[in-house]
Amino acid sequence: MNISTASGACEASAYNFAYLDEQTKRMIRRGLLKAVAIPGYQVPFGGREMPLPYGWGTGGMQLTAAILGADDVLKVIDQGADDTTNAVSIRRFFARTAGVATTERTVEASVIQTRHRIPETPLSAGQIMVYQVPIPEPLRFIEPSEQETRTMHALEDYGVMHVKLYEDIATFGHIATAYAYPVTVDERYVMDPSPIPKFDNPKLDMSPALMLFGAGREKRLYAVPPFTKVVSLDFEDHPFAVQRWDECCAFCGSTESFLDELIVDDAGSKRYVCSDTDYCRQRTEENLQ
Amino acid sequence: MSAAERLQPAVAAAEPLFSARDLTRLYGPDKGCQGVSFDLYPGEVLGIVGESGSGKSTLLSLLSGRCPPDRGAVSYRGRNGQWLDLYSASEAERRTLLRTEWGFVEQNPRDGLRMAVSAGANIGERLMAQGVRHYGELRAAGLDWLSQVEIDPARIDDLPRTFSGGMQQRLQIARNLVSAPRLVFMDEPTGGLDVSVQARLLDLLRGLVRELDLAVVIVTHDLAVARLLADRLMVMRRSRVVEAGLTDQILDDPQHPYSQLLVSSVLQP
Repeated sequence: MNISTASGACEASAYNFAYLDEQTKRMIRRGLLKAVAIPGYQVPFGGREMPLPYGWGTGGMQLTAAILGADDVLKVIDQGADDTTNAVSIRRFFARTAGVATTERTVEASVIQTRHRIPETPLSAGQIMVYQVPIPEPLRFIEPSEQETRTMHALEDYGVMHVKLYEDIATFGHIATAYAYPVTVDERYVMDPSPIPKFDNPKLDMSPALMLFGAGREKRLYAVPPFTKVVSLDFEDHPFAVQRWDECCAFCGSTESFLDELIVDDAGSKRYVCSDTDYCRQRTEENLQ
Repeated sequence: MSAAERLQPAVAAAEPLFSARDLTRLYGPDKGCQGVSFDLYPGEVLGIVGESGSGKSTLLSLLSGRCPPDRGAVSYRGRNGQWLDLYSASEAERRTLLRTEWGFVEQNPRDGLRMAVSAGANIGERLMAQGVRHYGELRAAGLDWLSQVEIDPARIDDLPRTFSGGMQQRLQIARNLVSAPRLVFMDEPTGGLDVSVQARLLDLLRGLVRELDLAVVIVTHDLAVARLLADRLMVMRRSRVVEAGLTDQILDDPQHPYSQLLVSSVLQP
């Protein structure tokens, strides 16, 4: 991808290209290079204040700002949808401060910023996924000390990760962790793949696209380079499995995609629709033809 | 069995399991512990007794690899027969040792247990850290160890906070013993328990120690605990070991004035 430092394309010229100043973007790019070199390793970076609150995607936005070039095409999704408040705001933010083209179509995008989903349409080489991560540390739930978790990563001391899965099976009879499901990257680091549903975990494995993860509040970034082995943790007698629905999408009839449950009236009637709006629209258009 | 045959195990165990040389860690003049040396043999229980502030707990953390000494060395002979110098070994080796061949029973079970996860997960944690990835096996080990420490196996999915103090302490012991350690450190394991629960716990400990042939270093200020469990005693005072020897010898015929004071100050009901 062509990383431009020019600010000529900028619509609101009071801002530097893509909002952040060039030194900050260099600092983040250096961190990203390190993260790509050590798949799954959390690299600290000097997180900046962004003009929206922590938890709304500041980490992902800083990464996007650092990698965005003038000829990039940006897609932003939130819960798989292109038309939710956060997705619309972030897309407009970069359209104004960087003047880049935006799209809702997965195949056209070169950079896709997301919080909860990986698009259903298979990603291709050259595309970059940017994830907004709330808690980057997969060991945090069991080990509150940062010093201790870093030592555990360094020594590959990951036994406690299975304690959580054990608890799930003991309580619910199956592994009930449905999102932020821990994975081992490149047979080394255990990584939290951000709050994507475990339905999307298999899409991380050997993906041709580059995956970048940014946590704004925690000021950590990490990466999964293209064609990297990503394995979800499990037990031998309780193997990893993704969610399945008995229903199909009410709009496009898809039985393959991740479905959202909608309550449509006061009587509690339910309909299921694709969470990925772009995928759903493509299928609907194909069905009409 | 002839006398020669009975001596046989003693010959096999002639090489020590664990050795401390001139261990010193001082926080001030005579505060901490200094000049402690001893050897521990497989299956032996060593008691460390002394008044509060005499350096017992400091010594225990030096021995168990939790705090580097100012001077001196701790070495351990692993299952493969190789001696390992604890403080010159890498942190990875030290951690592996601590969760496989060693155990540490804290005075307060809340420090030694994961209070937010169930009893079964607490017992299974060491096995998972060693790479056991079969839920059924972990479950079976949990049930087995709960019954070994006399906790109702039906409570395997309960959180430790719903257990009584004595049960928590027994759960902590099970959690440590599940990896079949050879050496266990105990810091006042009966500290916060009432007398009848103490007696039951001691009885259980004594059985397990004999059955599993554990070497134990136990810190206590309770001479009755020492009498019941320990083969050998070290009496500490003002950071130094003032007397060391067989438990019965020290308790029945103390030589050092402080040991005499300690033994004579036990209340006789």
